[in-house]
Amino acid sequence: MKYHGGYFIYTVRKSDIRLWQLLIMASLLLVGVWFRDFSLYPAQIIFTFAAGLITQAIFLRLFKLKQHGFLSAIITCFGLCLLLRSSTLWVHPAVASLVMASKFLIRPQGAHLFNPANLGVVLGLTFFPETWVTSGQWGQDLTTALWLIAAGFFIGRNAKRLDITAYFLVFYASLFLLIRVVWYGYTLPVFFHQFQNGALLLFAFFMISDPMTIPRHHKARILHAAVVAVLAYIWQYQLYWNQGIIWGLFWATFLVPLWNHLFPAPRYQWQALSGEHT
Amino acid sequence: MTTRLIFLLLTLLISQTSQAFCGFYVAKADASLYNQASQVVMTRKDDKTVLSLMNDYQGELKDFALVVPVPQVLTEGQIHIGDAKLFKHIDDFTSPRLVEYHDEDPCSPPVMYEKMMSAPMPTAAMPQKAKSDKSLGVTVEAEYTVGEYDIVILSAKESDGLEKWLQASGYKIPKGASSALKPYIKQNLKFFVAKVNLKEQSKTGSKFLRPLQFAFESPKFMLPIRLGMINAKGPQDLLVYILTEKGRVESSNYQTLKLPSNMDIPVYIKDNFADFYKALFETQVKKQNLRAVFTEYFWNMGWCDPCASEPLSPEELKQLGVFWLEGNSQQGMGMPVQVTRLHVRYTPDSFPEDLSFQETRDTENFQGRYVLRHAWQGKPEQCEAAKTYFEQLAKRHEQEAKTLAELTGWELSDIKKKMNLTDAPDKESTDQWWKKIW
Repeated sequence: MKYHGGYFIYTVRKSDIRLWQLLIMASLLLVGVWFRDFSLYPAQIIFTFAAGLITQAIFLRLFKLKQHGFLSAIITCFGLCLLLRSSTLWVHPAVASLVMASKFLIRPQGAHLFNPANLGVVLGLTFFPETWVTSGQWGQDLTTALWLIAAGFFIGRNAKRLDITAYFLVFYASLFLLIRVVWYGYTLPVFFHQFQNGALLLFAFFMISDPMTIPRHHKARILHAAVVAVLAYIWQYQLYWNQGIIWGLFWATFLVPLWNHLFPAPRYQWQALSGEHT
Repeated sequence: MTTRLIFLLLTLLISQTSQAFCGFYVAKADASLYNQASQVVMTRKDDKTVLSLMNDYQGELKDFALVVPVPQVLTEGQIHIGDAKLFKHIDDFTSPRLVEYHDEDPCSPPVMYEKMMSAPMPTAAMPQKAKSDKSLGVTVEAEYTVGEYDIVILSAKESDGLEKWLQASGYKIPKGASSALKPYIKQNLKFFVAKVNLKEQSKTGSKFLRPLQFAFESPKFMLPIRLGMINAKGPQDLLVYILTEKGRVESSNYQTLKLPSNMDIPVYIKDNFADFYKALFETQVKKQNLRAVFTEYFWNMGWCDPCASEPLSPEELKQLGVFWLEGNSQQGMGMPVQVTRLHVRYTPDSFPEDLSFQETRDTENFQGRYVLRHAWQGKPEQCEAAKTYFEQLAKRHEQEAKTLAELTGWELSDIKKKMNLTDAPDKESTDQWWKKIW
């Protein structure tokens, strides 16, 4: 990012779409902390960013990757702040450091495997004390939902990976409608209640849509979306465990190298004018 | 906006220094405030759940019927009659509380706190009957008489059949129950159905029904609230006390919010704390369009600060289903029992599905606590510090009035009248910086 004075807006529009993503996530965080009662301390936010960005910088130096930047790292830090809750001050920065390191150390087929924010939540829930995820934190506010959709759509369209968001939502909604509404006899308001949840929309538009960690080929992305939806549904509604979507994506990630092998396609490049190429 | 962040930070710092409480507990807002309040105690560890249902049914005993979906056919040993006193105790222990402090004498800084004050709990309306008349099923899997209850465990294949069976068997169930029953039947749940055995009931010598308790295993951590809504007229209140081993419990499918707490409010509230709390809760519920679950209390069961009532004893906890306590040795701060008190006001539209819960790993204490600060009874002329004190006091009173108006939705002018505050007499002039020069 360079300072372009009066041309700032124009430059942003043409530059890396992650900048938009970053602005949206930052505003979600602000809205969440101020109006939605997210139990998040300012110190946790500061430490997350400090640890995440320092780790990123260390690895960039270590691997001498000068052309890489910090945009993705910042987005990951926002993701962790939006999702992870802890009553300690050290879990957020520890998780942020680990997932940044994972991007440089776990690279089958020459690209990082795990969606960093997704891996962060899984690590936090599994290995760290006093750490949890509050899936109900967004409330079922319709306006929040609509706003997330609109914002997510914008990013998705620019990143040309909105397809996986749409596939995932269609698969997941179909499973819910067929099994729970048609077969079990739940009412439609139950469906709307579940699908107006900000956590689900945030996941669909900002997590699963990360172009670097999903299959490269269009067809493989359809398969991937279906696998995530089925795993998430089973986790959430058959086993009655929590955070089905997060765990669904995590387990489905292990199949991504296979999909990329079976359906070869070129790697995604951020359409950046900011000089960053990941 | 910024104050919120600062507030969060402050509470963090305070909790880390584990500052001792030095105010006095004076009143509580307990469950008897709310009409149509159902009270449930849930005790859960791993997949094991003990559910205790407080029975405040007040109608004709012969008309009483209770239907609860349960995950399996319960044996007689899994059903128990509880003690209503335990509900009273856990309600008292977790109630939102009013505490009071007395300002120090600004002219002689060393502090002495005054004696404990106590105010009688304001009398509240008697709770109305809980809606519990429900519908039943087709195969009678088991039949027991436990205490004053005749209990059948049913399974059903079709919801229409279940509804008809129930009506034919003399249970008063509302029309339209079958659509509410369907999802439970499709998921192979059984139905726990209780009515009153009048002969056994007369032997108890009490006209009140005792709480029913049952123990079962299920991966689902939820409370079936939808059945209770079929014939609901207005919004219903539900208080859920959840006893877990490790952390705070929150809803996993509805937003869970902490009620505004730890605020200074005018001292006159001491005499009508119940009205204050009712108005506060009402205001918060409306703000969320009846779509949120509110946390009123979360604390380790071994201690409290300030205590609205003594912590429940290990024996009492055992009776509420805490099966993992070994002996009476595990008491005090490290007790492996946490209590979460959730308060929900819902309508059929605002809560379209049953309440699901998750136990988080959050161990940070929370309580509904409201603070009265009594002014120092001196005169501004006594010393220089006293003058400053009274200036500060005037500002504080203004702030307390504003806080109260925001929390309750009451008129600011009425509050000020009750506080004997004149409308900001020379607020302007005290804020003028040049007053400090000359």
